[in-house]
Amino acid sequence: MCATCGCGKGEVRIEAGAAGPGRDHAHEHDHHHEHSHDHDHDHGPEDGESRIIQLEQDILSKNNAYAAANRARFNAAGILALNLVSSPGSGKTTLLVKTIELLKGELPVAVIEGDQQTSNDADRIRATGVPAIQINTGKGCHLDAHMVGHAADRLEPAPGSVVFIENVGNLVCPAAFDLGEAHRVVVLSVTEGEDKPLKYPDMVASSQLMLISKIDLLPHIDFDVAALVANARKINPGIKVLKVSARTGEGMETWANFIRGARGLALTGREDLAAQG
Amino acid sequence: MHEMSICLSVVQALQEQAKVHSYTRVKAVWLEIGPLAGVEPESLLFCFDAVAQGTLAEGAKLEIVHTPLVAWCMTCSKNVNLGNRFDGCPECQGRELQITGGNELRIKSMEVD
Repeated sequence: MCATCGCGKGEVRIEAGAAGPGRDHAHEHDHHHEHSHDHDHDHGPEDGESRIIQLEQDILSKNNAYAAANRARFNAAGILALNLVSSPGSGKTTLLVKTIELLKGELPVAVIEGDQQTSNDADRIRATGVPAIQINTGKGCHLDAHMVGHAADRLEPAPGSVVFIENVGNLVCPAAFDLGEAHRVVVLSVTEGEDKPLKYPDMVASSQLMLISKIDLLPHIDFDVAALVANARKINPGIKVLKVSARTGEGMETWANFIRGARGLALTGREDLAAQG
Repeated sequence: MHEMSICLSVVQALQEQAKVHSYTRVKAVWLEIGPLAGVEPESLLFCFDAVAQGTLAEGAKLEIVHTPLVAWCMTCSKNVNLGNRFDGCPECQGRELQITGGNELRIKSMEVD
């Protein structure tokens, strides 16, 4: 479905309704893009005069335009959008569920979930009582700004809310696609290698915050947190780092404070929305 | 991994430009790709032929122009070439670097009929 990148052509599905528990009647969403090209062209070497056209067009310009539109829409509504990226299995969804438990009741939260298949993650989020919508990218390896715009249309996050976008578990491709988020947060768990930032530098370079997750496992494994941080800062000297355990709750209050602070910035100009929970 | 979708974006851009510049066939495309663009030129070349099939770019030659990784070193106050994103300044070894070139992922030009 996505005209931006074409990835998973015809296989991208976004759940129909935004919804909370009880409103999740998903049905297929299909729309067709016209293909106006002609298949009957001549392949001979001498067919007409060739010319050179200077284009100088960014290949991702379309995605970037959608991202700018998303960002403008979030800004206008005082919405803080966070793009969570990581490899599969870093514990993003568990972290989100625990984060929602900390913030729920204090400020409005909504979630856009990206996965190749299943609505398992959106179901887990909806079980906490906050609205969530699942994007299935089909064969695609990342979310793009066009999909996120459509998902936001259906999710209709409340003005002044925090929208978490959980990207497809992949440390490579999502790095290239701006979704219109205020901050990109990369999650690395302590069961991964300390050299991951060096192996996957693009993601670390494009993130503003690194969450080191599953730190409750540190006593049981050989993992050098300082080495991980040093490697991340070789790539991105300005990256902020927080250590968290969704399981024990360690560090979670600091992470919640980061979100509260960032939301404060997102509310600039929309201070009228600050009080609602 | 997303080189296939990058190729689709390129072909789509070529189709859109066909209306603007009135051409029916693309013979060659030049892409500018920097080392920080996050795409593998080899796999772009691999995907492009498949993606271009049945379009006005079928059989077009894809030429990749590699751009250098350049950063402004705040200590040396000049532009320096880097080998890798995590390299320090080659002259002062400092890390106060601002990347100024190397993110390019751009259709530079094309040869059309």
